[in-house]
Amino acid sequence: MSTLVALQQLGSQVRRSRVVLVSGGILLAIGVIALLGPLLSPHSYLDTDLDRRLLAPAFAAARLFGTDDLGRDLFVRTMMGVQVTLLVAVVASIVSLVIGVLYGAIAGFVGGRVDALMMRAVDVLYALPFIFLVILLMVAFERSLFLIFVAIGAINWLDMARIVRGQTLSIKEREFVDAARLIGVSPIGIIFRHITPNLFGVVVVYMTLTIPQAILVESFLSFLGLGIQEPQTSLGALVNGGVSQMEQATWVLLIPAGLLAIILLCFNFLGDGLRDLADPRKQAT
Amino acid sequence: MSLLQVKKLRVSYPGAISAAVSEVDFCIERGESLGIVGESGSGKTQTALAVMGLLPPNANASGSVMLHGEQILGAPTARLNQLRPQKMAMVFQDPMAALNPYRCIGKQLRTILRAHRIATGRVARDKVLSMLQKVGLPDPERQYGAYPHQLSGGMRQRVLIASALIAKPDLLIADEPTTALDVTVQAQILKLLQALRQELNTALLLITHDLGVVAGNCDRTVVMDRGRLVEEGSTLRIFAAPVHARTGALIAAAPRLDVAAESAPPPANELPLLEVDEISVSFRERRAGGGRQLRAVLPISFTVLPGETVAIVGESGSGKTSLVRAVLGLLPRNTGSVGFLGMALADGVRQRSNETRRQMQMVFQDPVASLDPAMHVSSIIAEPIQVQDPGTNAAGITRLVDEALDRVGLSQDLRARFPHELSGGQAQRVAIARALVMQPKILICDEAVAALDGTVRRDILKLLLAEQRRSSLSLIMITHDLAVVRQMSHRVLVMYMGRLCELASNDQLFGAPRHPYTRALLDSMPVADPEAVRQEIALWGEPSSMLQPPPGCVFHPRCTYAIARCKEEVPAVTECANGRVACHRAAELDLSTNP
Repeated sequence: MSTLVALQQLGSQVRRSRVVLVSGGILLAIGVIALLGPLLSPHSYLDTDLDRRLLAPAFAAARLFGTDDLGRDLFVRTMMGVQVTLLVAVVASIVSLVIGVLYGAIAGFVGGRVDALMMRAVDVLYALPFIFLVILLMVAFERSLFLIFVAIGAINWLDMARIVRGQTLSIKEREFVDAARLIGVSPIGIIFRHITPNLFGVVVVYMTLTIPQAILVESFLSFLGLGIQEPQTSLGALVNGGVSQMEQATWVLLIPAGLLAIILLCFNFLGDGLRDLADPRKQAT
Repeated sequence: MSLLQVKKLRVSYPGAISAAVSEVDFCIERGESLGIVGESGSGKTQTALAVMGLLPPNANASGSVMLHGEQILGAPTARLNQLRPQKMAMVFQDPMAALNPYRCIGKQLRTILRAHRIATGRVARDKVLSMLQKVGLPDPERQYGAYPHQLSGGMRQRVLIASALIAKPDLLIADEPTTALDVTVQAQILKLLQALRQELNTALLLITHDLGVVAGNCDRTVVMDRGRLVEEGSTLRIFAAPVHARTGALIAAAPRLDVAAESAPPPANELPLLEVDEISVSFRERRAGGGRQLRAVLPISFTVLPGETVAIVGESGSGKTSLVRAVLGLLPRNTGSVGFLGMALADGVRQRSNETRRQMQMVFQDPVASLDPAMHVSSIIAEPIQVQDPGTNAAGITRLVDEALDRVGLSQDLRARFPHELSGGQAQRVAIARALVMQPKILICDEAVAALDGTVRRDILKLLLAEQRRSSLSLIMITHDLAVVRQMSHRVLVMYMGRLCELASNDQLFGAPRHPYTRALLDSMPVADPEAVRQEIALWGEPSSMLQPPPGCVFHPRCTYAIARCKEEVPAVTECANGRVACHRAAELDLSTNP
């Protein structure tokens, strides 16, 4: 219930921040177009048409973004890429959110040896070279979207756990936690009722900053050819494809790359704006 | 021409309903001391900031502030920077925040001299050293290179005063300069300000909420209330015959020691409710290889009877809070036992049964920090009910919450508020309601009224007394405010550096204390009476390091009555009429209060 309350509080503040409103609005618009756009287009992301390779963008033939080197409609493919990219970002962030918050809150609240052990485990995982890990995963298992979620989530939660732990350490020293202990609230009850709701601001903000990170990692993996598989695509894969056509058809590169940049920029602005809102010194009393 | 002339000063902020300061007129002559008193939100600090030209950029100020006939309001920053600190300077409440933590204090003071081209090089260094000497910093040569965090609160405040006075300003503004300090240190700092004022012929504008501070230190007093100046006059006249109702209320709410206790008569001989036996607490320094042991509380015993109020007093760091936290099971205890109604209690609060846990509740110092910022008032008060009796239905909880709100004198409209939307007094009432809803037998108040204004403090204390009368609640009150002790307690436990100095009944302690430290505490207390005879400083210096306590009686370095034996032998706690005392000379000394 108190999480809901924290959400409402944040909601009422969002209305006062232009940066959050504008960047959030653009992201929402991109998301809706990416969902609905392909349905309205007469073309499919699969159909190849070698007679119509590398067509320039034109409004007339419903070729908004033109076609790629296999004659596939670039608008539909880009929208699909946006879908996959946003999905990867959001799912990976939720994975990191759940694991990171629980892990960090428990380590911070219990403290002592448990804390030291849990955080050293995080340090060890940090030390593993990430790309090496992903390549191992890709070789060992069949490549799938699910595996990408796992790979990205597996690194993102480390940061989240560290931040949440630090925050928990300072919250648990506050007097309302002592008051709860005197009332007889169990340690688990304190973590869920008193600590997590007060982590909310930091976590929401941090999440909007991990999302662009997840997007970049996915694009990077796809660019290396380790990510998403043809004929499915993502913005990273599209940029990879665009690079090879760069000299004949610049739009094949520029359109997905531009969209990727806009999405990243919006998430960064959103994170900045939310961080300012969550700063208690800026809250009206 | 007056040194400082403030006319029709008005300060307002965009979005605020009423002006922070409106229509304020006053003046200060050369070498004079003027006190501004008022509760929080009365506009005292805003007035001082306007005089210093330190108002934030979004403040709208009108009227005039003339220093030496020169307009300060709206003056360009470059000009203000010449005036500060050569013509006027300010001492802030929190010296830690006002000093740069990354530079040693000597360099910070020397920068002022260099920036204003008063002196450089060796001359500047000598000037800094003589100023540090003047403000009573022991061993200035060595402290010159000290960083702010290495000094105690009192020493930091001395350094801040030195930095304000080093350029010999004509006007010194001190904004609550002693609020964050212990009474014993407060007395020293106030004495220092007076001495320096006379020596340097500096005018002093002293801002405080504490009428006791004004009474002993200011020629004239200005009373502010909600941004307005409500009364002005000589301090003697204001205390003797206040004209404005607000002034009368402030004087009535001022702490006094010469009144009788308001608590109900001490309970008849009953079995003790709480028995604390030889409890001790220690911490380990966090360092590779173990670190030294800090003994926060050395074995202390005391009992609490049903319906009794026991006060625990001492300077900060005396182990008061550690002691009660160990009793409550929030801190592990080293030795000793806690008995409740004849039953031994487990070490940690988690291991105790729901029923015994319920009996002991606590109210904390910072009312807002002790309430979960993400919860409504109603869920804060409902939580103990849900934990104690998970079967209670929603209607039952609502009824109990409303009853609790009513009991602490809060309107039910506040149920949906968040803690940050409450005033300090309201928040403290919610915290008390949360404790009372458990129906405890003992309520422990850790400086529960220290952060509140005079009149609000009075109301909260009255509420606690009413609860005590109603349900024979026992109270343990930790406080540094002796007026609260006098008003509320039946028995008093005095602590110094984790040791028990004296345990005595209220009348005994205030009438005829047996320990020199108790006497010193009583004498340090500022009295809200300008005609009272001012004693010489009762207690010099500050407590020794807890990591290296002095041998023998830990109080001997500061004790005026210390003899050779005190330096070698630790005094034993001995029983005496109405209490206990730990002093070698308790029997021979007469420390009674003169009538």
